[in-house]
Amino acid sequence: MGIGPPDRCRIPFPAVKGAALAEELLKLGLHDLHVALGGKMVPFAGYEMPVQYPAGVMKEHLHTRTQAGLFDVSHMGQVILRPKTSYESLALAFESLMPVDVLGVAQGRQRYGLFTNETGGILDDLMFANRGDHIFVVVNAACKHADIAHMQAHLSDVAQVIPVTDRGLLALQGPQAEAALARHIPGAAAMRFMDVAILPWQGADLWISRSGYTGEDGFEISVPDAHLRAFAQALLAEPEVMPIGLGARDSLRLEAGLCLYGHDIDTTTSPVEAGLTWAIQKTRRAGGTREGGFPGETRILQELAEGSERLRVGLRPEGRAPMREHTDLFAPDATPLGQVTSGGFGPSVNAPIAMGYVATAFAKPGTALEGEVRGKRLPATVTAMPFQPTTYKR
Amino acid sequence: MKYTKDHEWLRVEGDVVVVGITEHAATALGDVVFVELPEPETVVAEGDEVCVIESVKAASDILAPLDGEIVAVNTKLVDNPSLVNEDPTGAAWFFKIKVDDLSVLDALMDEDEYNDLIG
Repeated sequence: MGIGPPDRCRIPFPAVKGAALAEELLKLGLHDLHVALGGKMVPFAGYEMPVQYPAGVMKEHLHTRTQAGLFDVSHMGQVILRPKTSYESLALAFESLMPVDVLGVAQGRQRYGLFTNETGGILDDLMFANRGDHIFVVVNAACKHADIAHMQAHLSDVAQVIPVTDRGLLALQGPQAEAALARHIPGAAAMRFMDVAILPWQGADLWISRSGYTGEDGFEISVPDAHLRAFAQALLAEPEVMPIGLGARDSLRLEAGLCLYGHDIDTTTSPVEAGLTWAIQKTRRAGGTREGGFPGETRILQELAEGSERLRVGLRPEGRAPMREHTDLFAPDATPLGQVTSGGFGPSVNAPIAMGYVATAFAKPGTALEGEVRGKRLPATVTAMPFQPTTYKR
Repeated sequence: MKYTKDHEWLRVEGDVVVVGITEHAATALGDVVFVELPEPETVVAEGDEVCVIESVKAASDILAPLDGEIVAVNTKLVDNPSLVNEDPTGAAWFFKIKVDDLSVLDALMDEDEYNDLIG
């Protein structure tokens, strides 16, 4: 099995003072639209991306929680796996790359997955969907080239691995997302959380899933390049819809307790440590019908049985000072416990929030610990996630 | 009003200098969610990190623009950090600093020079 170098896709989150954009950055298909909307463009995962629009991160975040936000996530990798012999043989081969039940995903349904490495770390997290005669996969932007190579290396006997390079990807998220989208695509309203469908819009086939990464109900919509701008503008013309940048995308997913690859999960964190055991179905666990058979099974099955030495937890710092990524965490007796992997201010929670890894004995909600901010140890409490209740339409 | 290259404004009020951040800086920072102020009566040197501002995006420092003594801090910002975005050059002053000789301000930028800097 291919094991990537440890930091093969560390994702830098853009800082306030964006450096001058390097020449080699790729432009999104909607670049001109983002600029016209007043988007502040920063480098992210090899692309120039809008980190915020004139409304600012706070308003964009709150708007998504109360109405609907449109995100351009076209930087992410879209890949089709087309079986050479049978869907079942492809599904089983895909299971050899992750501790996930692929075969059990019904047609028209999507599932969260994780590529693992031989040491039980995570190469990337992803979404995949059963679209009847093939599997559609969406992977993180910073990892997409490595992921495609990984799939080509391990699935080419059973499938064609086809990167989709002529489509953008939009996410429409928030309680009004359904109403806004259904005015253009009536069929979207009948979809439930994690359903996928191919629905028409002005002669184009849109690949729609009812999912997202904000904790809100919403949709991700793969749109042919030729229709992308018109479709984005049609959605932005809806009164509920506002364009949302990467800044609010990050605070929304953090409030929802969702991992950002390269920060909260990477090649050194196992799915068990990361608290992603819900993504490992019974069929792949000890005693399951297709037990093991994925990279890192020794460690992952052992940790499922016995627990891991550390766990990803939610943290609520006391007071108003955010505990950012890399903040060192300590027990009250000053024993080092781990580090914050994502942290900031939660606009909907209206308080600082963070997630990070701590020794398992300190992972119970309610546990008091300390984070070192600018040389001072400040109190924080381990908290169940999500910080903000999710509103998926199940 | 005088300005520093670190996007602070300075306003003389009697024998003290009131310091805040410019609207340009407040806009660049984004929504401010946390402010940490120095203790009053702290003696500071030009360039010392005296305040911390955190926006939803990142943390930044405010540097002492002059040598002197902090004589007052605006505790309203601690309770209501968003004041920095709402009224950066008015209600959202950060601290007042007493300097030996106000003529040191002469070396700082005036409004036109600052506008050229950010233009």
